Order: sequence, then C-alpha cells, then structure tokens
Amino acid sequence: MIRSLALLLALGAGYATAKDLVYVSNEKDDTLSVIDLSTLTVVDTLEVGERPRGITFNKDQSKLFICASDSDAVQVMDAKTHKMLANLPSGEDPEQFALHPNDHHLYIANEDNAVVTIVDTETRTVIGQVDVGVEPEGMAASPDGNWVVNTSETTNMLHWIDAKTFELKDNILVGQRPRHVEFNKDGSLLWASAEIGGTVSVVDTAKRAIVKDITFKIPGVHPDKIQPVGVKLTEDGRYAFVALGPANHVAVVDAQTYQVKQYLLVGRRVWHLEFSSDQSKLLTTNGISGDVSVIDVDKLKVIKTIRVGRYPWGLAVKKVN
Amino acid sequence: MTFIRLFNFKAQRNFQHFTFSLPSLLATLCVIMAKPVQALDANILYLQQNRPEQALLSNIFNEPADSGLPGAQLAIEDNSTTGRFLQHHYKLTHNQSPTAEPLVAAAVEWVQNGEGLIVANVASDTLLQLANHPALRAKAVIINTGSGDDSLRHQQCTTGLLHTAASRAMLADALAQLLVSKRWQKWFLMRGQRPEDSLFASAMKRAAKRFGASIVEDKTWSFNTDLRRVAQQEIPTFTRARAYDVVVVADELGDVGEYVPYNTWLPRPVAGTQGLTPTAWHRVVEQWGAIQLQNRFEDLAQRAMNGTDYATWLAVRVIGEAVTRTNTTAATDIYKYILSPEFEVAAFKGRKMNFRSWNGQMRQPIALVHPRALISQSPQEGFLHPHTDLDTLGYDKPEVNCSFKTQLD
Repeated sequence: MIRSLALLLALGAGYATAKDLVYVSNEKDDTLSVIDLSTLTVVDTLEVGERPRGITFNKDQSKLFICASDSDAVQVMDAKTHKMLANLPSGEDPEQFALHPNDHHLYIANEDNAVVTIVDTETRTVIGQVDVGVEPEGMAASPDGNWVVNTSETTNMLHWIDAKTFELKDNILVGQRPRHVEFNKDGSLLWASAEIGGTVSVVDTAKRAIVKDITFKIPGVHPDKIQPVGVKLTEDGRYAFVALGPANHVAVVDAQTYQVKQYLLVGRRVWHLEFSSDQSKLLTTNGISGDVSVIDVDKLKVIKTIRVGRYPWGLAVKKVN
Repeated sequence: MTFIRLFNFKAQRNFQHFTFSLPSLLATLCVIMAKPVQALDANILYLQQNRPEQALLSNIFNEPADSGLPGAQLAIEDNSTTGRFLQHHYKLTHNQSPTAEPLVAAAVEWVQNGEGLIVANVASDTLLQLANHPALRAKAVIINTGSGDDSLRHQQCTTGLLHTAASRAMLADALAQLLVSKRWQKWFLMRGQRPEDSLFASAMKRAAKRFGASIVEDKTWSFNTDLRRVAQQEIPTFTRARAYDVVVVADELGDVGEYVPYNTWLPRPVAGTQGLTPTAWHRVVEQWGAIQLQNRFEDLAQRAMNGTDYATWLAVRVIGEAVTRTNTTAATDIYKYILSPEFEVAAFKGRKMNFRSWNGQMRQPIALVHPRALISQSPQEGFLHPHTDLDTLGYDKPEVNCSFKTQLD
C-alpha cells in the first residue's frame, strides 16, 4: 500500500514536470543557485570561485564544470555531493566553454588573451591552444565532433577550429560583438548571435557561409536595445529562442522559415537560456533583475519568475531520476 | 569555501605558451592557405601635442603625460589580432611635439608619401591647421581625439575631419538630462577663469536652455586664496544664494572646483567638471564588457584608461573596422565607408556607434560618474529624437552650419 502510494506520488510528480535540478551561476555573488524544477523553488546555494559564468555538465551529469573567470580556473564540482573535485588549468579569464562530444575535451574561451584553451578533463592537462580574435566568447562543438566554433567579440568573427588537429580552419565575419553560437541537432546549421549588431546569423556548416541574417523589432523598444545573446534550438526543429538582453524579451523564431513568431517578456537583461531535460520548459537568466524566468515551450508563455543571486549568467540542467 | 589550487597556474600558462606556439603558427599558416586573400598594410599616423603644464591648486592627481598614446597602441593590437586572419597588417607611426608646426609638417609628408590615415590628439587650433592645409583638406582622414571644442562641430567642420572625442556640448547635454530628470532644475553655475572653463560654462548654459533648467546664479571665481586651507570659509560665502538644486562647476583643469563639494552654502550636490561628472570614459565603466577593455588597457599602460585614451583607441578601432569590412586602406574608401549607413562599431558602451553625417562627430552614450562609481549613462529615458536618441546629445543637424561632405575629393 505504502509502496504503491509512493509510486503514485512519484508518477504524479513526473507528470507535472520533469524532475530536474537547474544550476544557475550568479556572476556577482560567486555562487550557484540550485532550482528544483518540479517545485520551481531555489533549494540550495553553493559557493564557488570568483565571477562564475559558463557552466556545463559532462555527459552522465556526474560532474559540473564551472568557469570561475576571476579565479582564472575551471572548477569541477561533484554533481551529487556538490563538493569541489578539482580545478582544471584553464588559461586566463575563462568565460564560456563547450564540451566536445567525446566527453573529455573542454574548449575554453579565454576572454582576456585572445586564445581558446583545450583541456583534457580526465588527465587535467592543457592539450592545445588556438589563437583567435579579440575577446573570445561563444563556443560550440558540432554534434559530429568535427568542428568547434568560437566567437570573438571585438574581432567580430566566427573561428572554425578543426577538433581533430586543433587547427584554425576558417574565419567568417559576422555582425558586431558576436556572443553565442549554437548548432542545430544534425549540425548542418550554426546559429550565431551578434549583440551590438542586433542580428542572429544562420550559417551553413558545410559551406561555412551565412544563409540568413535574422533581425528583431519590438514595438516601443529602441532598436539599439535589442541585443541578441543566448540562443537555444528545440530538438524537434520547431523553434529557436533568442535572448534579447536589455530589450528584456525572448524572441521565438520559427526555425524552418526564420520568421520571428513572437516576443516573450521576461526579466531585465536576459542573457542565457536552457531547456528542461524534456524540453517542455525554457529557463532564462535575467542579469539585472537577478532572477530566472520559466517559459512553457508549448504554450509560449512565461509561467514563473524565480529569484536567484546577483547577476545570474549561465544555466545547466541536471536530470534527476 | 573550499577552493584548492592544485598547482601554480601562472607557471602552467607559461609552459603552455611555449609548447603550443607551433600549433598556433601552423594554424595561422593554415588560414593563409585556406583563403587566398590580398595582404594589406594599414599605416596610421598618430599625432600628439603635449600641452604645457599648468599650476593648479589641487595637484594631488596629475593627468598622465601620455594620455592618448596607449589607447592608440592598444587599438593597433586589437586590430592586428583581427588582421591576422585577413592578412591585414597595422602599423602606428607616432609623432609628438608641444608645438603645431612639426606635427603639421609630419602630416603633410605622410600624405605626400601616399598615406591618408591620421589620428590627431592635438589642440583645436592645430587641428584646424591640419584640416585646412591645402595638402590635407579633403585628402586625408583626420580623426580628432583630443579636442571637445564645439566650434569644430557646428561652425568649422571640415570634410575629412572626424571626431571620436565627445564634444563639450555632448557632455553638458548628458549631465543636463540627468539633472532635469531628477528635477534638479535650478542651477548655481560657478566657473573658473580659464578660456576652457568659459567654453564648458557656455555648453552648460546651452544645455539648460535645451532641457528646461534655469541658471539662478552665474559667478566666476577670481580670488587668489589657497583654497586647500580656507575652502571651508570661502566656498560657503561664494555659493550663498536663496535657492538652487545643484552647483554646476566649470573648472576643466581641476583648480578651485575640487574644493566645492561639501562646502556649498546650501546642502546641495555638485556636478559638472567636479562632483558628478559627464565623461566619455572612466575607470568605473565596467558594464557592456567594458571590463575587458579596461583590463587590456591597464596591462599595457600600467594605469587607468581616461577619456582621451578611449577616444584614441576608438579612432584607431574605427579605422580597423573600416579596413576589415572594406578590404582597403585608401583614405577615400575608408572615409566613405565610415560615413555610410553600413558603418557601425561596438565600443563597450552598450550601443552600436556611428558618425553624424553632417559634422563627422561620433554618436556615443556619455557616462556620468563620481570618482568611485558609475551613476548613470545618458541619453536618459524619455529624451526623444525622431532619428536616434543619441542625437539628443550635442549639436543636431539643424543647428549645424558648415560645409561637411561625406566623401573626400
């Protein structure tokens, strides 16, 4: 009886929403906030290194990697116990990174010295460095593992790194201050946001050429304030969500036609985005208002705002069974 | 908090650098091979006129003697990092002098040798000599990074002369917008005796008229007392008036103005050249990625970046951005592109920036700071303009009366 009741409860919770824990890096608090997605409340606050920004899990979600920018380190946290396991050598001022599909090559953007550092997370050694443009920031690995793409904010380029040889193969100019790059599920297209340019470029991976520049327009918001940063694509190929920074909106883009469908009002200076594990919800970090907005992906509605620390920056979602 | 350093990162980084210089060299070669591009040499002449030292009451914080130069050097580094991928090579030729003649001669020689890109951090009369010289006028791109004089923007603008330095009117308008939006509309204007103090005071008077503030007193400080000792007695008497919301100080070099805050007759804030100050750049600007620029600058110059350093950095970056996008270094093409609607540059102020096509002034937000914090950034919300709210700062098109063309001869 008790067992079946527990089972029912578990099922009930599972039906309501994915049982995920969302980790949010608070840039000006040196902490991570942990949100339970089933209750939409902050359940823990963890102290980490200085100025945490990019965060990401390894494949089995046993470890969380944290860019502690002002500590000049990438920290490795045990995702269960929340104990710090190690610091990886990261190069100076690590801001964002991407974990290669091989699960152990971490590509780190070193914002202060124009390089991408490649670290083996198992041996904890630097296995390569690639010179890129001024202020490297966004980073993404293609699903087939062939490419790692980095954006440089002041050089305004996408840098294409061959993931086998760690060589720079191509550079393409995009709009002013490219921030974030995101491959679609099959890796055929790369979406790149340009914060000051106000555009999102869709790039053909095979040709390494821009196929579409998407622009945004919100009534009552000055065009200069529409500054795309975070981009996330649904796996089913339906939508691209674009965080528009100080415009305080997330744009919903039809990922097939590249038409902007609508704009969702979220918190102030919306920065990065992440899906729940079942992709039913999208979470946003709102830097200035210090909170996280939760968007229902099917209904395209903001359903809740959750207060976190100061200047929330990045997000990573852990699936809890 | 447990934050364990497993090993010395600095040592590790040095080691990495040594080990991986070969792959990066290969990477660079690879880029060269991947895309056959035409190599370009972008040569920029940087002129700096050192201004004579002036005796000031407050001589605790001296302006750096090299204001401007490290900004140009940093932008050359930034441009070169980008240029590496495009085979564009940037070089700065640097010339400095306390007088105008050698600088003008250097510029003329530069243009006669077939070059055309000049960044000038010089006094405004020198700038006019450069811009109006028959060998240079409408033949070279000259970017002003050192003079905020408004006459250069609305009466004496010259084809070929651009400004990345903010004008006094832009600074004054930026401050006025904040004061007016806080409803501090009655100003006590206190000015020093130097000519530049009077220019700043005029800019504040113009701003008061534009944005609906009133100047209830306008007084010039002309006493010779050493205020370090007697400010507590002198300033209250000097600032005695029935009612004002704020004391606006016009003392550009920082002479008497430094002693005004906390010494006013009425308990009122102080703004202008001291107190709450409008500026194109300051150490406290850290939003919009600015911290990255501040860090790079401090690594290079071993000091904080000031407004002149910023304007000079920006001038060289503007040229770099134009070379990157147009794949040419010819002055006529660069100038045309810079003044076209296609041009935009990101420069750590949270907005894209470009030039006014009627006088060559770069549009830019203006920071309002006190020595330890950023207070605000203008334009303020609600100050509207049919084209862009950035044009609420400084001289707008209808106020400008000069023959400025968007193409060189």
